[in-house]
Amino acid sequence: MAALSVSELGGGGRPAAGPPPGLEPAESAPEERLGRLAAGRLLARHPTLVVGATVLAVVLLAGALAPLWWTGDPLQMTPAERLAPPSAHRWFGTDHFGRDVYTRTVYGARVSLTVGAAVALVSLLAGGALGLVIGFSRRLDRVAMRFLDGIMAIPSILLALALMALMKASVQNVIVALVIPEVPRVARLVRASVLSLREHLMVEGARALGAGTPRILLRYMLPALVAPLIVQGTYICASAILFEAYLSFLGAGTPPVIPSWGNIMAEGRAYVQLAFWIILFPGLFLAATVLAINLVGDGLRDLLDVR
Amino acid sequence: MLAEVGRRLLATVPVVGVVAIAVFGLLHVVPGDPAVIIAGDYATAEDVARIRSKLGLDRPFLTQVEIWLSNVVHGDLGTSIFSGLPVATLIKQRAEATVALTVLAMLISIGVGVPLGVLAAWRKGSWIDRLVMVLAVSGFSMPVFWLGFVLVYAFAISVPWLPVQGFQPLAGGVGPFLRHLILPAVTLSVVYMALIARMTRASMLGVLGEDYIRTAFAKGLAPHRVLLRHALKNASLPVVTVIGLGFALLIGGAVVTESVFALPGLGRLTVDAIVRRDYPVIQGVILVVSGAYVLINLVVDLLYVVLDPRIRF
Repeated sequence: MAALSVSELGGGGRPAAGPPPGLEPAESAPEERLGRLAAGRLLARHPTLVVGATVLAVVLLAGALAPLWWTGDPLQMTPAERLAPPSAHRWFGTDHFGRDVYTRTVYGARVSLTVGAAVALVSLLAGGALGLVIGFSRRLDRVAMRFLDGIMAIPSILLALALMALMKASVQNVIVALVIPEVPRVARLVRASVLSLREHLMVEGARALGAGTPRILLRYMLPALVAPLIVQGTYICASAILFEAYLSFLGAGTPPVIPSWGNIMAEGRAYVQLAFWIILFPGLFLAATVLAINLVGDGLRDLLDVR
Repeated sequence: MLAEVGRRLLATVPVVGVVAIAVFGLLHVVPGDPAVIIAGDYATAEDVARIRSKLGLDRPFLTQVEIWLSNVVHGDLGTSIFSGLPVATLIKQRAEATVALTVLAMLISIGVGVPLGVLAAWRKGSWIDRLVMVLAVSGFSMPVFWLGFVLVYAFAISVPWLPVQGFQPLAGGVGPFLRHLILPAVTLSVVYMALIARMTRASMLGVLGEDYIRTAFAKGLAPHRVLLRHALKNASLPVVTVIGLGFALLIGGAVVTESVFALPGLGRLTVDAIVRRDYPVIQGVILVVSGAYVLINLVVDLLYVVLDPRIRF
């Protein structure tokens, strides 16, 4: 970081910052301008997407490279520094065991992002497969939809809580508990699309050419479903991250030894009056991450033109 | 009309039936012996045997389902393992706090969310519109319990205007009742408000492009008359739908909010039951709450007729 020169800090827009015009490689200039133009256009047309993606990238980097972000050991207790307020030494203060809240918050990104991504991916795969099948089988459709309607009548958090009550606390089980309420919603979305696509001319044409059901499902319908599913996936990811925090906060989520945002805040709740920073900072990170993913979802919906 | 209401009411029976079977089935779907799971890590063999016979887990699965369903139909939701009280009694005791919290939160969300949505749609593209949309996305991304703590810190600890936590029944007077409920209700309302504002704006935008709206403005009607009488009334169907569907979100949020503010409601009952692995209680709460959700959406369906006379049963 010390190698940053003054000219680099000055910003690329000033002519003095770059090499003299004559020395610039001729062919790279238009390309660079084109790249900058495309980025600028993306920012102008889809500001939410760019802002969301940038924040998300920062949180991803924080989680993936946690040890590099001037953090210490997230489990290291220093009893002499219990409940220390934020300072130059302890950026986000310390908790009741004297653990560094900044370090724990940065490491907390790992659990949240892992859970969010895994829940989104598994829900899309399982729900997508289920939706394709019941959308194509009239006989299965009636029974399956009744069942799915019933599951969807149970508020997601309550269903996840009930599942966690019956399973051991682990990150894996949290993912399972959050996937199950999500699957019927994805299946329903896919089924609705399949039902409307089934009447489409291209499907009729494919059928006339002798294509079988699996081929029609995978080659003709799946491609049309990719865009809405990607958008849906980002929203599932955002809500899964929130729900993981809720479950951990309620004592039915990630095991307490793992520093997840929900766990840090759950432990901080007894010290709201004394040490509000234990709750404040992880919550800010959580809100910012979920907001970023929702912004990416909104941006993708515009970009991919999903309804 | 009455016959249609009856028919719709009957149509909710299979949905609630699926909920009842699913919630009961969870016990058996989850890997491991349910009696051992419920008894917990420190249980003796006798404890496990006692729980197994108490919950009827020693009988064949179909018999168990049959007994459970017939009990539910008769209003018997089982007995709490921890307290020995009937689950139906526990739910009745805890219902007031949850109903009060959700109703107040719902009123706040609709009271603020709908006007914000109308305003944003009317001034589309302006800074008001952008502000409302930013607030809506932020509200939607806000961790409920964190917001609760921030509000407690701001309005109960830094400036001690309101109680930090607790609940006063309505029977003890409206003043203390509202003082204890206002922070939790505001906390809970934010997510729902964001949802309603967004849907109101989207729906209003569709209607505001219609010719009759231009005519109404052109003939010099006051903007609030055009917006509320002409536009909002026609834009209200999707909004009402979202209010019904979003109720699930509200209930989920209530579980978390009650925990933050120590409100003796159904959410607290559930969370305590989870810590104690008191599955009959969890089962009962889920069934009652899901039933309420289905009924609310039935009411929403019936409201369509009032809002749009073209829809007839």
